[in-house]
Amino acid sequence: MFAKLAKSTLVAAAMTVAAAPAFAAGGAGYVENYNFSWQGPFGRFDQNQLQRGLQVYTEVCAGCHGLQYVPLRTLADEGGPGLTEDEVRAYIDQNFIEVWDDDLQDWRTATPNDHFPGSMLENAPDLSLMAKARTGFSGPYGLGITPLFNGLGGPEYIASLLTHYTGTEREEFGAVLYGNETFSGGYIAMAPPLWDDAVEYNDGTEATVEQMALDVSAFLMWTAEPHLMARKQMGFTAIIMLGILSVLLYLTNKQLWAPVKARAKGESSPAE
Amino acid sequence: MSGIPHDHYEPKANWEKGLAKRLPIVGLIYDTIMIPTPKNLNWMWIWGIVLTFCLVMQIITGVILVMHYTPHVDMAFASVEHIMRNVNGGWAIRYIHQNGASLFFVAVYLHIFRGLYYGSYKAPREITWIIGMLIYVLMMGTAFMGYVLPWGQMSFWGATVITGLFGAIPFIGEGIQTWLLGGPAVDNATLNRFLSLHYLLPFVILGMVVLHIWAFHTTGNNNPTGVEVRRTSKKEAEADTLPFWPYFVIKDLFALAVILVAFFAIVGFMPNYLGHPDNYIEANPMVTPAHIVPEWYFLPFYAVLRAFDSEVWIVIFFNFISGGIIDAAFFGVVAMFGAIVVMALAPWLDTSSVRSGRYRPMFKWWFWLFIVNFFVLMWVGARPAEGIYPYIALIGSAYWFAYFLVILPLLGVIEKPLPQPATIEEDFNAHYGKDDGTGGSSAAAPTPAE
Repeated sequence: MFAKLAKSTLVAAAMTVAAAPAFAAGGAGYVENYNFSWQGPFGRFDQNQLQRGLQVYTEVCAGCHGLQYVPLRTLADEGGPGLTEDEVRAYIDQNFIEVWDDDLQDWRTATPNDHFPGSMLENAPDLSLMAKARTGFSGPYGLGITPLFNGLGGPEYIASLLTHYTGTEREEFGAVLYGNETFSGGYIAMAPPLWDDAVEYNDGTEATVEQMALDVSAFLMWTAEPHLMARKQMGFTAIIMLGILSVLLYLTNKQLWAPVKARAKGESSPAE
Repeated sequence: MSGIPHDHYEPKANWEKGLAKRLPIVGLIYDTIMIPTPKNLNWMWIWGIVLTFCLVMQIITGVILVMHYTPHVDMAFASVEHIMRNVNGGWAIRYIHQNGASLFFVAVYLHIFRGLYYGSYKAPREITWIIGMLIYVLMMGTAFMGYVLPWGQMSFWGATVITGLFGAIPFIGEGIQTWLLGGPAVDNATLNRFLSLHYLLPFVILGMVVLHIWAFHTTGNNNPTGVEVRRTSKKEAEADTLPFWPYFVIKDLFALAVILVAFFAIVGFMPNYLGHPDNYIEANPMVTPAHIVPEWYFLPFYAVLRAFDSEVWIVIFFNFISGGIIDAAFFGVVAMFGAIVVMALAPWLDTSSVRSGRYRPMFKWWFWLFIVNFFVLMWVGARPAEGIYPYIALIGSAYWFAYFLVILPLLGVIEKPLPQPATIEEDFNAHYGKDDGTGGSSAAAPTPAE
């Protein structure tokens, strides 16, 4: 499916080339400070949300975008969407995921060890790392204080971008650009990709635009940082162990110096 | 070593005597870790250990990273993602290495400022200071080249901008730039040589660290009073000092553990806070990022570099008298490297006979202004060069040079220093004599009596 889609999207690619310079521009517009489940030191990924996000990605985003750095097998990894290995194979089959094989000189069905396909469209950036390649929060005045409280805001940026289309359109060099409050410059080449009930969730969650935007942002946070939960776990372990070590060393140091300080006060030290 | 009278290693068992006769390594290690150390050292004297730890940590994590990294423009970015996703614990090693560079620079700046405040650079410790400055420059080179290796957008464009600095040198610049890059632009040859040098330089730094330690073990440590340890008799020396092991090793390890708690909080919970998001986009020579900013530890010098644009009178002046050979770009490069050179020359620019800033009432104010100015430069270095920011950068750069070239030489002449304690022992007793004996951490206070 992905291979065939490539040809059909060539036309669309040609139309969006004009938007390339906008890709490089920094300084995002409006980003809403959404609350995500993994935020804060104790935050964890919501497995159901990651699965819903995978569904949105597969049925909507994957038409143009890719995840070239993400191995398919990691869908079954701990701390991720948590598919079973059979479900990963079923996912590949159901979505006709094919990869180019250099040995066969042909396309073949992917195996779990292959990666997700890359972008189908030259101007649709790969999304593997997008949640870390964008920030939603900065400042004030370049001091970096806001991100200390809100986080860097990559997933918030993605969710805001998907939900803050203004509905206006503009034509530039023959390409249609769509008004967007989050995208820098205010106009983006990507047409609004989501509409209510664009996907049908298996778990019965209502597929509003905002719900899908949040779900796919969560999924993209996982693709960008698949070991996020292990990382936080390590953070806690390290802090607790080093905290204990600090206390022990503090007490050792205090006892070690006590006679020296006692001598300084002119007392006879207990150690002598 | 150090000319301070103290006990030396005496081989006792037969094998010890035999070894000492053939290779006196045990005696060398013994004298190194048992060096008499001024007992009034405060908490600003812990950064040496932290820096040594950083160097070892960076070398170990770096050696592991290189096992999985591919230095090729088409594969480098993907190989870093491979480390982050597939290598067991690779994400942890990479985040530790990445944030370890920041810890390294936090420690080195505090170490340098400690030296500047307490006059550690003054005779007889000039060599220690100069070696330290060389280590600092090598660190900057190593960190810069390491930042290029992930081959993200900021890697590529940072490398383009910084190597472009060499291109600003009149006549020979372009040749030097091509030679550094291995071609006309940042490309595969650049990436390969940067990996090679990024691997080599830490070991050069390691060698320099040995010289650095050797040098201050020869002169003895400075201390918060700047008063020398008495060397007249062993009894007096022992009243001023304590052996490095265990007194200072344990103290420093305690400080290191506390610092590592903060470090692992950053690695565990906000590992990308100090990075730039653009480095998660693969390098693309066709797309220039909107703002090219170096890592935070280069920002003060980046601000100096950018401060001198073609509208500053001193740039216009030099441009005129050199017949156009010195342009704004070259002037900026000279200023940036000059900012480090004047700092390295501090031992000869500071005319005061008093070492410690504690007893220099006027110096204190200028010193703290220097520290504030450092952070202002760091902040302005990341701001776009427009509006009021270039003026702030210019004032900050002017103060940096004025501090070393005008203020330090003049203060020694006009300042009337406060009385210094006669001995380290006196300072130590004055501090702890009035103490209730529990305030070990209050030794950081700048005045002996609280």
